[in-house]
Amino acid sequence: MSALSLVSHQARYDLRAFRRNTRARIFTLAVPVVLLLILVALFRSGTVKSGGVTVKIAAYYVPHIAAMAIVGAGLINLLITLVAKRESGSLKRRRATPVPAWVLIAGDAATSIVSSLVIVLVLVAIGSLGFGLTVTGAAIGVAAVETVIGAAAFCCLAYALSGLVGNAESAGPMVQLSTLPVYFISGIYIPDNVLPHWLLDVASVLPVRPLAVALQAAFVPATNGGQRFALVPVLVVLAWGAAGLIIAVRKFSWVPRRSS
Amino acid sequence: MPEPVGSVIRPGGGADSARPVPGALGGGGPATRQDDVITVRGLRMSYGHYEAVRGIDLDVARGEVFACLGPNGAGKTSTVEILEGFRQRTGGEVQVLGADPAHAGGAWRARVGVVLQESAPEAWLTVRECLSMYAGYYPRPLPVDRALDLVGLTGKAGDRCDRLSGGQLRRLDMALALIGDPELVFLDEPTTGFDPSARHAAWEVIAGLRELGKTIFLTTHYMEEAETLADQIVIIAAGRVVASGTPATIGGRASDASTISFTLPDGVTAADLPALPAPVTDGRGRTVEIVHHEPVPVLHALTTWALAHGYRLSDITAHRPTLEEIYLRLTEEHQ
Repeated sequence: MSALSLVSHQARYDLRAFRRNTRARIFTLAVPVVLLLILVALFRSGTVKSGGVTVKIAAYYVPHIAAMAIVGAGLINLLITLVAKRESGSLKRRRATPVPAWVLIAGDAATSIVSSLVIVLVLVAIGSLGFGLTVTGAAIGVAAVETVIGAAAFCCLAYALSGLVGNAESAGPMVQLSTLPVYFISGIYIPDNVLPHWLLDVASVLPVRPLAVALQAAFVPATNGGQRFALVPVLVVLAWGAAGLIIAVRKFSWVPRRSS
Repeated sequence: MPEPVGSVIRPGGGADSARPVPGALGGGGPATRQDDVITVRGLRMSYGHYEAVRGIDLDVARGEVFACLGPNGAGKTSTVEILEGFRQRTGGEVQVLGADPAHAGGAWRARVGVVLQESAPEAWLTVRECLSMYAGYYPRPLPVDRALDLVGLTGKAGDRCDRLSGGQLRRLDMALALIGDPELVFLDEPTTGFDPSARHAAWEVIAGLRELGKTIFLTTHYMEEAETLADQIVIIAAGRVVASGTPATIGGRASDASTISFTLPDGVTAADLPALPAPVTDGRGRTVEIVHHEPVPVLHALTTWALAHGYRLSDITAHRPTLEEIYLRLTEEHQ
């Protein structure tokens, strides 16, 4: 089997497992949709100042909730799944086969990317059909590229962070606890014009806000000085992904913590 | 066993050349080493200051079932995980299928099947999907239906893995180990926690693998399992090999004295017994035990006496030490 067909073989089963996993579906698909509906409904006909310009509330929350959804699919869901698989011995079991490690990582990344693309598409469709979000082909194209980059980067971070989490029970609460403050200071829940500048500066070097800013620019280039593709924020996201990959390659463990 | 194979197992520590031990065939001399699937010399494994494995030598020949017995903490799992390539040893030489498992790659893993102590299926896939996924990892996998049939899971093919019982999970794990059609299969305590009928079913599967010519490395707590399945047994205690041989000869079993025991009939005391060619020891209460290398004259004298007096001696037995007795004696000596 060629490398590519091996990855698609693996991704097929990973996606199938993802589709049947109720927790994964609720976390990655239902939560962002519900949040978007609540937040947009709260400010129904309003606007918000962001990136120096006034944007429709949907043009703010669709990209920001999309960034959160990508973190959910790429980082949170994968991290919980990974730790559970490692502690149950399922990763060790796969390690006993000739399948190269990178095929398994690529399979997980493909699953994260596909589920991220689906949820971002759903969020954009809700924003466009229900709340007047302006969607162009260019916006969709740039947002899709950024979604793929973001999902892959957070997937690498999930592999890196899995080494810090000892057991499957604590994986969920731990990752929620660490992402929630980041969501807040990144302007995911509250518009970023009410956040102090220094807090936004902190958030801008973390991976969540740059992804949200880049996605927002895809739909409203004016928030990024007219550039639809926000290069610097995308580079920040890529840097986090690369750092995650380096740590993952060095520290990732296939065997349960308790037995090593 | 179809014919004797060149299997040589030496007790641990300092064995230097291919010197056959009694009970194994020296046939082709060192040349037969080439047919060894596993060769281990002076294996050591330390965890911090604790040395779990203290110089183990093993030779496993192609096509045999090799059982590794020992109490918990004896170093069995460390040893098998080093052979499987999961752990880096701290000393000694290890060759498995001609390669060092610590540095072996995908082509080597494709020839080795592993049944882990704990089985962990892909919770969200069905049994068939799980096997199909694993089959995709191997260059020449078995057909999924064949693997299902080998372990008796055909009727469960469509069930989700997280709905299987404990015994069914272990069978699925066995099927996952076999799906790549391996030459060598590691079974780490494959029937722990099984009820007796499930255990016998698993033994049939393992015996079937031997028929297919697979080499099997088995660790177990169950003496009956080793006795039923194994061609060669090694007993490990405190990180060392304390005995090795066939189930019939290990620990001097073949040359040990037999024990004859029976319950004294009512109203008879040990003083009433005939003159016997062996000392009589009073066992528990009214049980008499006679230990002797020549059981036939003892039994003859006893049965002649019993017939003359009309005693039935209905619980009379004569037996060599069981594998369990040998095992307990050896492992207690080395604690």
